[in-house]
Amino acid sequence: MDITLLQGPVLVAVSGLILLLVSLTHVAYLTYAERKIIARMQQRLGPNRVGPRGILQPIADVLKLIQKEDIFPATVDRPIFAIAPLISLVCAASGLALIPLWERFVLSNLNVGLLFILALSSLSAYGVILSGWASNSRYAFLGALRASAQVISYEVAMSLALLSVVLMAGSFNLQDIVKAQMESPFKVFLIPQIVAFFVFMVSALAETNRVPFDLPEAETELVAGYFVEYSGIRFALFYLAEYFGMVVMSALAVTCFLGGYAGPFEVPGLPFFWFLIKLYLLLFFYIWVRATLPRYRYDQLMSLGWKVLIPVALLNLFVTAFLKLMF
Amino acid sequence: MSSSLIEVRPKRVNSDQYEEPFYLNLGPQHPSTHGVLRLVLELDGETIVGCDPRIGYLHRGVEKLAENLNYNQTIVLSDRLDYIASAANNTVFCLAFEKLFGLKVPRRARLLRTIVNEMARISSHLLWLATHALDIGAMTVFLYCFRERERLLNIFEEICGARLTHSYVRVGGVRQDFTQEAIESLKKFTEEFPQLILEYETLIDVNRIWLERTKGIAVVSAEEAINLGLTGPVLRGSGVPYDVRKFRPYDAYDEVEFEVPVGERGDVYDRYRVRMMEMRQSNRIIKQCLEKLPETEGEPIIAEDAPDLLIPERMREPEPKPHPKKGFIFTGREVFPVPPGEAFASIESPKGELAVYVVSDGTNKPWRLRIRTPSFVHISAIPSLAKGHLIADLIAIIGTLDVVLGDCDR
Amino acid sequence: MGILEKIDMETLLKNLKEKFPRYILDLREGDTTTLTVKREGFLEIMQFLKGEGFNHLIDLCGVDYLNYKLEAKPERFEVVYHLYSISRKELLRVKVPIPEKDCWQYSLTSLWKTANWFERECYDMFGIVFKGHPDLRRILMPEDWEGFPLRKDYPLQLEEEREWKVYRELKTKARGAR
Repeated sequence: MDITLLQGPVLVAVSGLILLLVSLTHVAYLTYAERKIIARMQQRLGPNRVGPRGILQPIADVLKLIQKEDIFPATVDRPIFAIAPLISLVCAASGLALIPLWERFVLSNLNVGLLFILALSSLSAYGVILSGWASNSRYAFLGALRASAQVISYEVAMSLALLSVVLMAGSFNLQDIVKAQMESPFKVFLIPQIVAFFVFMVSALAETNRVPFDLPEAETELVAGYFVEYSGIRFALFYLAEYFGMVVMSALAVTCFLGGYAGPFEVPGLPFFWFLIKLYLLLFFYIWVRATLPRYRYDQLMSLGWKVLIPVALLNLFVTAFLKLMF
Repeated sequence: MSSSLIEVRPKRVNSDQYEEPFYLNLGPQHPSTHGVLRLVLELDGETIVGCDPRIGYLHRGVEKLAENLNYNQTIVLSDRLDYIASAANNTVFCLAFEKLFGLKVPRRARLLRTIVNEMARISSHLLWLATHALDIGAMTVFLYCFRERERLLNIFEEICGARLTHSYVRVGGVRQDFTQEAIESLKKFTEEFPQLILEYETLIDVNRIWLERTKGIAVVSAEEAINLGLTGPVLRGSGVPYDVRKFRPYDAYDEVEFEVPVGERGDVYDRYRVRMMEMRQSNRIIKQCLEKLPETEGEPIIAEDAPDLLIPERMREPEPKPHPKKGFIFTGREVFPVPPGEAFASIESPKGELAVYVVSDGTNKPWRLRIRTPSFVHISAIPSLAKGHLIADLIAIIGTLDVVLGDCDR
Repeated sequence: MGILEKIDMETLLKNLKEKFPRYILDLREGDTTTLTVKREGFLEIMQFLKGEGFNHLIDLCGVDYLNYKLEAKPERFEVVYHLYSISRKELLRVKVPIPEKDCWQYSLTSLWKTANWFERECYDMFGIVFKGHPDLRRILMPEDWEGFPLRKDYPLQLEEEREWKVYRELKTKARGAR
């Protein structure tokens, strides 16, 4: 199955569908994994009733949310209220199409793939703002303001970190970046770009509104912030968008810093093996951080982004450029 | 309902501009305000310009009810005030009544009361730490603290049959003695507890996010704190070593050795350190009391002249006149079942200084029972503490004041 | 507190009696030292006491002595203050009788900020108006409640007709919905 650029729209459609289904399952079971892992860290069991060891829990959640009443509070702006979760989900999930899962499987091999993913993550702020605005409620309004400011600030740091990788690989194309890593003496860009990796991971936590940067949706303060007025399947869409964002950011980190799908030895029959292993490692890191750390206050969050991460990323960029020039 | 709407009054800035403040209602149902507390916040962006706490959502009329109940029956009401550390509420009621009746509590009962009070203090501080950390975002501390609290609640069930609302401390002493099992499990708990406190501290004590969220927030100077009426760990965090257990000792606190931790700056972090050290000191007190218990083996656990559960409405003094045939006849004059007068007692509850002022008119029901609760005073201090802070800090402030609405609204 | 030398309680009370002979009605030692003071000189006495080191106002409450059979009280209400001196470790109780017809008292909010909510509760429960209070409104009962619950002539449970109208409306609505 050799799928490159535009050969056979049917093949593209079929592979897109397969990718969508696989990623949806991954995201759904990511919620299950998160609940189980956090529970074990907190010395309790986590979901274990639905199906053996609670395996069917995500399916039960989805079924429950689907059959709930679709509530439109009286004072909301109906069309925008309906569209906002869709925008969030589409922007979060579309990035998955560009990630090279395997040497010969990338759904859309854009020449400016990295730039496209960054643009999509900027667009996701749009979904947040629209939902906060349309909800016509004070809590949602405050949450949307905070979330959009946070997303925009940490995008700068993330882009600067990724630029260092682009400098080393010489291209925005994600396939080329992975190939450059395989050819480089270090095999992964993690080792020379450890600082950029750190900045990227922290910014990714902030982009996806995860602890310790989850103030916009902090339960104990703003009662779920910008999606407080949503219920039923729309709430599920926002939730999915957040986890999709986690998966896409982790996949991006795997591609740019950890060597993508390359591994020390070939596993027969499972070409995605190494990619999935690295992806799961990074997702575990996300979940681990959620169980451990408290939450940043909003102004501390912003000062961390602007005063710490961006200067560090800039410095890294200059050092990388200098070294690249010298050698 | 007309009474619950907030009136928004626009201010005139100049001839053609009005300024309207932005009100946010941190309503009675909220995952983080501990109970049904309603805060009307006046915001300027994210900064709090004014704050108006509205309470009364949990008002059950305990003071009015107590005027219609027997003295011993009010102990059951007192459980439900600060329902997290109900032993403390029972103790303060009993101290006031014992002052009124002129009873002397036997030594074993005093030791048992001290043990139960300190267990309640540890249990309340564990709950405080769990909810405070959860509000600031560290979810795991919540579950670790509740693990220990479950052990304590099981020991409570062993002692008096109830996990939360004990009614264990009675007028004149305690309800029943500790069983040997309870003493054993308590001994094991006191041995393991200091290690477990270290477990909670490693998660948050030097975590820079925690330090940034709690250092420098809601700083109160010592004079300001006394003027605002703050007591308990909140006052001690500001440097004033006022602890009712040391200043006006009651029960067995003059027999045991313990220190009173005091903070320096009076911010949220100092109060957190004060409460963590208080937990260690409570553990120490329980250990010492358990060592002293075998000395009082066999002593009564309730005073001999303690009143019955239902004090009769009229009582005659037994003035025995031996009758040749019928034996003693009670032809005494009518006396008051309860000595008239008034009494004031206060204790160091885990939240602050809990005080009771009771006025008796001689009948078997109190004439006036006034309960001064620390949460009432602490919630009244929220506007002064929260001015100029952000909303996220407000949650930390409510957590550090350790308010329980059952205590506040009575 | 300051550079004044600390005088003990007896001397303090003697100074008090000498300074304000007209205002002090009674001084006795029950379970603690109790001072009964007239309403007129109340603020001055409290200022004096605060200057002498009684900086902690523990409690402020009202008591209703309607039909009190034991003693003949001069007035119906009494406002009771409990003061504590942290430096001296002494507790003092101050009582001020308040007549029923002229039901007001001076407010202590200028001296102690904590008195603010205590006085609001006293007003809410007894109807004693505090002059000089910045924001006297009901605190525990709803804002549109009628009557003062802790007075002795207020019943423990209200009859149907006198119930709070909001609650009554909710009940009729609920019945109507069914």
